Amino acid sequence: MIEVENLTKVFGQTTAVDHVSFTVQKGEILGFLGPNGAGKTTTMRMLTGYLPATGGIAKVCGFDVAEQSMEVRKRIGYLPEVPPLYSHMTVEAYLDFVARIKGIPAARRAERVNKALEMAHVDDRRRELIHRLSRGYRQRVGLAQAVVHDPDVLILDEPTVGLDPKQIIEVRRLIKSLAGAHTIILSTHILPEVGMTCDRVLIINRGKIVAEDTPENLTTQLRGGDRVRLLARAPENGLRESLQTLEGVRQVTIAPVRDSGRVSAVVELAPGQDVRSRIAAAVVQGGYELYELRSDRMSLEEIFLQLTTEETEEAARREA
Amino acid sequence: MRSFWAIYRNEMSHYFVSPIAYVFGGVFLGVAGFFFNGILTVMVQRAMQMGMEAAQYGGPMNFDVPSLVVQNFFGVLGSLTLFLVPMLTMGVYAEEKKRGTIELLMTSPLRDWEIVLGKFLATLSVYGLLLVPTLCYQVFLFHYSEPSPSVKILVAGYAGVLLLAGALISLGSFLSSLTENQIVAAVLTFGVFLIFWVLDLAAQGATSGLGGLLHQISLVQRFNDFTTGVIDMASVVFFLSFAAFMVFLTLRSLDSMRWRKA
Repeated sequence: MIEVENLTKVFGQTTAVDHVSFTVQKGEILGFLGPNGAGKTTTMRMLTGYLPATGGIAKVCGFDVAEQSMEVRKRIGYLPEVPPLYSHMTVEAYLDFVARIKGIPAARRAERVNKALEMAHVDDRRRELIHRLSRGYRQRVGLAQAVVHDPDVLILDEPTVGLDPKQIIEVRRLIKSLAGAHTIILSTHILPEVGMTCDRVLIINRGKIVAEDTPENLTTQLRGGDRVRLLARAPENGLRESLQTLEGVRQVTIAPVRDSGRVSAVVELAPGQDVRSRIAAAVVQGGYELYELRSDRMSLEEIFLQLTTEETEEAARREA
Repeated sequence: MRSFWAIYRNEMSHYFVSPIAYVFGGVFLGVAGFFFNGILTVMVQRAMQMGMEAAQYGGPMNFDVPSLVVQNFFGVLGSLTLFLVPMLTMGVYAEEKKRGTIELLMTSPLRDWEIVLGKFLATLSVYGLLLVPTLCYQVFLFHYSEPSPSVKILVAGYAGVLLLAGALISLGSFLSSLTENQIVAAVLTFGVFLIFWVLDLAAQGATSGLGGLLHQISLVQRFNDFTTGVIDMASVVFFLSFAAFMVFLTLRSLDSMRWRKA
């Protein structure tokens, strides 16, 4: 549905988006995750045709964004970071206007406007002036605007920013309900959000994709992989020896637990390996007492932090 | 074409749903009425004076009061246009940029010319609608004056005001598309209008050289011809091509927004 190849955007001296490539299947929800200024908004703007790319190709529904912009624009619903609302209009009049400029024929316009009002749960405010609406309602009117012409592709730039927790849950549910019929790209810098809404995540930092996977795989397979924490009564060196020889173990960090004679160990495992039972066996065979053993998945947050900071350290080293 | 009307309608509703059109109309008609009254009083006094002089010293009484009133009134309308258009056009694009709605327009299946022409014609229509109530002054004149003012002056005058407004609105809209700050747009537009005004004064009476050139390209001079009842095709073409050129520049400016936006 969406194919992006080596998409690049250069503003003067800075490269905002650097050879980004990815594809999105029909009905999928793809999340862009990255710190502020990572290039998420720029990538989205290039996909919608609002910004021309410096290099690379982006195709939406098989149409080239640069060459067949009109075809692409007909098929895209876009919610920018700030919802593009005309505050002097009523919600209904605004959606009617958007339906008109999206080229919806007069016969289907009222029906589409009603559908969008319903989908975004703003039908109770349809006659209200937009400038009287609260932040949450405005965001939802923004969403209604993006879906009013029933586009194949939805591009949502930080759709939950500035909402209260209850509204965030509602908007997320709404987005989930739109998947399937629509292909969705959304961006966020809130980590749990991608885990909750997206099928796949792209972590973007400094204009580059640093990781791409499902939220689950990202948490299990990436770099750090799994970790196991254990609590045992054992001499540090002896425990280390018996653990380090195990297959699939990358690193063992052992620290004594104060006053108890016990030690706690963090065992980092290679990706995709589950050796918890063998760890338990090794500890017991060594003649040590095992008190606790638990799998400690790296949260998306940690991976995110790790990926984005490593990147910065590397850059700092390069510069030095 | 459907999208063009959507933009046109939206722009009109923006003027009439918000207080802009009403405040603008109130000020415009108030000032215009004030001047009409002033011109009428002065002209009538002068006519009486001249009538008395004619009776005293003999000779013909050659003073066409109604036509002079209309002519001066159109002069006032022209000046008012120079003062008010910057306030009407300052938000045309600047506000869309500030609100971020330009992003909606530019990612919708709209051609740039549909946006630019829709906005231009809507603003000109608003101005045209504001002129309608001034017709009642002319009705007064026709009803009470003897002889009636020449219809030709009225037609030429209104055509001139509309052409002048069209040229100025297209220029103001273009300047509004360069910034996202409405005040900057208004000040820029007003500044350019003032320069037109000053150049016109500098060129007054000149027929050759630089002065003559300025005279030829002066919007104000060309407008003044209309107020005397002369519809010069060269001037009509001048105003229309001026507006067309500004619309073209606005199109380029809109296009460049895509390339500059950081």
